[in-house]
Amino acid sequence: MSLLEVRDLHVWFDLPNQAQVHAAAGVSFTLAEGERFGLVGESGCGKTTTVLALMGLLPPTATLSGEVLVNGTSILAGGEDSVRAHRWKDIAMVFQGAMNALNPVKKIGWQITEPMAYHGIAQGAEARKRAAELLELVGIPAAAADRYPHEFSGGMRQRASIAMALACQPKILLADEPTTALDVMVQAQILQLLTGLSRDLGLALVLVTHDLPVVAQVCDRAAVMYAGEIVETGPMEALYHAPRHPYTRLLFAATPDLYGEEEVVSIPGAPPRLDAELPGCPFRPRCDSAFGPCAGEHPVLSLVGPGHQAACHLTRMTGAAP
Amino acid sequence: MTLPVQDPLLAAEGKGEPPHRGGFFRDVLRERKSAVIGLGIIGFFIVLSIVAPYISPYSASAQTCAVYAPPSAQHWLGCDDGGIDMLSELMQGGRISLVVGFAATLVAMVIGGGVGILSGYFGGWADVSLMRVTDYLLVIPDLVFMTVIAAVWGASLFHVILVIGILEWTSTARIIRAQVMSLRERVYVKRTRALGASNTRVLWRHIMPQVGPLLIANTVLTIAIAIYLETALAFLGLEDPTVTTWGTILEHAFQRTAISSGAWWAIVPDGFVIALVIVGCFLFGQAVEDALNPRLKVANLSVRRWRLRPLVGRGPDAI
Amino acid sequence: MTGTGAVTGAGTVAGAGAAGAAGMGPVLLEVENLMTRYPVRRGLTERFTGGRQKWVHAVDGISFSLARGEMLGLVGESGCGKTSTAQTILRMTDATSGSIRLNGTDITRLSQQQLRPLRRKLQMIYQDPYESLDPRFRVQDAVEEPMLVHGIGGSRAERRELAIAALERAGLSPAEQFLQRYPHELSGGQRQRVTIAAALVLGPDLLLADEPVSMLDVSVRAGVLSLLDGLRRDGDMGILMITHDLSTAAHFADRIAVMYLGRIVEQGPAREVVRHPQHPYTKALLSVVPNRDPRQRSTPQILRGETPNPIDIPPGCRFQPRCPIAADRCTSEDPLLRHPAATAPGHEAACLLV
Repeated sequence: MSLLEVRDLHVWFDLPNQAQVHAAAGVSFTLAEGERFGLVGESGCGKTTTVLALMGLLPPTATLSGEVLVNGTSILAGGEDSVRAHRWKDIAMVFQGAMNALNPVKKIGWQITEPMAYHGIAQGAEARKRAAELLELVGIPAAAADRYPHEFSGGMRQRASIAMALACQPKILLADEPTTALDVMVQAQILQLLTGLSRDLGLALVLVTHDLPVVAQVCDRAAVMYAGEIVETGPMEALYHAPRHPYTRLLFAATPDLYGEEEVVSIPGAPPRLDAELPGCPFRPRCDSAFGPCAGEHPVLSLVGPGHQAACHLTRMTGAAP
Repeated sequence: MTLPVQDPLLAAEGKGEPPHRGGFFRDVLRERKSAVIGLGIIGFFIVLSIVAPYISPYSASAQTCAVYAPPSAQHWLGCDDGGIDMLSELMQGGRISLVVGFAATLVAMVIGGGVGILSGYFGGWADVSLMRVTDYLLVIPDLVFMTVIAAVWGASLFHVILVIGILEWTSTARIIRAQVMSLRERVYVKRTRALGASNTRVLWRHIMPQVGPLLIANTVLTIAIAIYLETALAFLGLEDPTVTTWGTILEHAFQRTAISSGAWWAIVPDGFVIALVIVGCFLFGQAVEDALNPRLKVANLSVRRWRLRPLVGRGPDAI
Repeated sequence: MTGTGAVTGAGTVAGAGAAGAAGMGPVLLEVENLMTRYPVRRGLTERFTGGRQKWVHAVDGISFSLARGEMLGLVGESGCGKTSTAQTILRMTDATSGSIRLNGTDITRLSQQQLRPLRRKLQMIYQDPYESLDPRFRVQDAVEEPMLVHGIGGSRAERRELAIAALERAGLSPAEQFLQRYPHELSGGQRQRVTIAAALVLGPDLLLADEPVSMLDVSVRAGVLSLLDGLRRDGDMGILMITHDLSTAAHFADRIAVMYLGRIVEQGPAREVVRHPQHPYTKALLSVVPNRDPRQRSTPQILRGETPNPIDIPPGCRFQPRCPIAADRCTSEDPLLRHPAATAPGHEAACLLV
């Protein structure tokens, strides 16, 4: 039994004009203890929606279906009531803008102890002691517990929000673009911290980012999302060295490499709107290798290698790399 | 050929800010009932004032019935101390009261809008000096100051308009200044300035149109205050006694012992229309202001309940 | 002012040597010993108790030059002064000292009035494409506005033709389809192309691009960067690209200048700086750039802490408190840019130990 199992997760958002956006369309993946999993793709591909759904943090305009199992227990089945018991205790999250996740008028220490009290893990002096330990763990002097978020730099805030996420000793940490707003040097510090925590505490990490090199350096496995679906998933090495979905290959080709000599090319067009049913393969209009069946038939994920799946007609028909 | 259009998910993040133009007020009216009611009230009184001479049943200055005659089939709202039909008098009084309200507001908006835009856009010493003037006027008790000025200048309609106008622009100036200061820092404004565009151009083409709705909201709110102040000044006898306004009607009734005579109809309907116009202005002005204020919008991340539903099949039938 | 006196001389070793070296066109932009500082706002109590006025040394004596047809990548972390540099060159901020010469004309002290006609030649692309277009302006209005400002194009029809040409050049094709659209109907990449078109209609000589792609999706970044690359190659335009992304700079720029705390600490041909970095800061910065190949997991050489604020600049070498190889003399001597032996021509670093 895996630590986290997501089965056929769908999320729809109601639009003001009666239409619905199918933001996540049948997302499934599993996660083992201590594993680092990346969720990559362009913006608007459903990455953030997926992780917010795992936390049960969707707005009231959202409709959700599918199953999310933590240690075999379905956490979404009972709606908000059941997810509340698991949120922060089993699954915690680090948000993109750390400033938005921190309450500007509360001291850092208080913000770390609050979820402990809520979940009945620790209170009073014991909670404060734990908060101090957590701050030290993420590389902030324990004395900083008495300071306010605005006194921190961007990197320190992100460290503090990681400490906050670890307050209830979760087994799974979701990190949504945790380093996007940060400088490269600070990004490296935060990524090193997250990798270390995952290794030392056995924390399973889901890293959501549009930055492929970051995933390549941090994660063991990754899933590439497009138009609300996972189009390819597998070990990081396989995704880079033997991508089986054209989108994965093109994404890597669009990413400049420090020492790379090859030309960097962008992917033409933009991701499709998700408020209408897409006929055939959603990537077809931008794909450089589309052929006959792509227009009519929706490709499904199929096994192309050990632990490596891709949803592409080309792979399925010919068995060859695109 | 279809071109990629902006992703609705991005729109939900607020990245795609649609243009306002005329559509903004249409949206406000569609989404907010209070705006419709407010605008309806204001519109009703404006129309009534325009057509008053043609539909008023009697003369608003000549005696047509007995002194303090109670409401009757001929005189729906009774008569005042001079035997003048109250309904006709209210219609006539509304004309002047609204003109005073609108004219005083126009003065206030020209000063307030001008000061706000100049001090917000240019900053520096212009801002410091203009804002100090604003602060001084802001802390002076309005009514006392107006009483003094009106008494010194003499009681006339024009003076009342002027005195209300030059005292009621301060809050507008502050609000507009804040808005302009934030607009000034917007990248597209900076970009236009870096292009070499003159200040006039930046102000007219980029700043003013964005300030417009806020200025209108403030105008409507100020009209309410101006009408209220006009009534107060007239009641204190600082209005030209020869003109009929809602304020002077009230003043006359009090002076001529309407209360001890039990002639409630000389006071209550008048007070009611004043209150109604003020409420109408507030409803509309407040609705526009709320629609402009992003802080009042619902936060994106909410722990309110989402819906959960069993999945049946895949594709269109799943929805 | 502590430190300022020592600093003034720093940039006098003009970095002009590198310009034109790679067979570029004539020199377009020359920046010499440029300094920009802002007063720190003091609270009321501080003002009355006589607290000393502090300064933010945003740009602290930098010199470089840019030739026509060249792209210079100005790289550094946030707060290093790269955006202030662009703002100063654009004359949206006034330089404290030093000079900026565009096409040989010193524009540092020109009044805004005198500057207005020259602004045609000096255009900027901003980081946030979602913010840099007026939401109420259609694409056509946005591209025509610069023409109206500078009196280009006699008639409405002529301006429309010029706008279409600029949009096509910026890669929005067929341009007619975009003219009547509002910004919210465009993707981030398309918006950035509209702002580029709005700069192109003026026929600029120098394009300042402040993080032109950092807000865009990975998939479209390369397109916008290739567009800029093409413009300077066949447009005879010089581009100063400000970026925090070394990979982007390495790919698209001819030369890279690395900034730290208001100073250029290393500059040279892009390939040379990336492959043979001399300054310890450049080395550290390069080591933390994640590699997209998961097999090549690098060991980043992470510097402790974050960049100190540019109010209290450390004495001596400004990088010394975070430097892994700092020696004693680094605390007292402020290093100047100089050409280290055994490096390619035009390669300079400001470190006492190389």
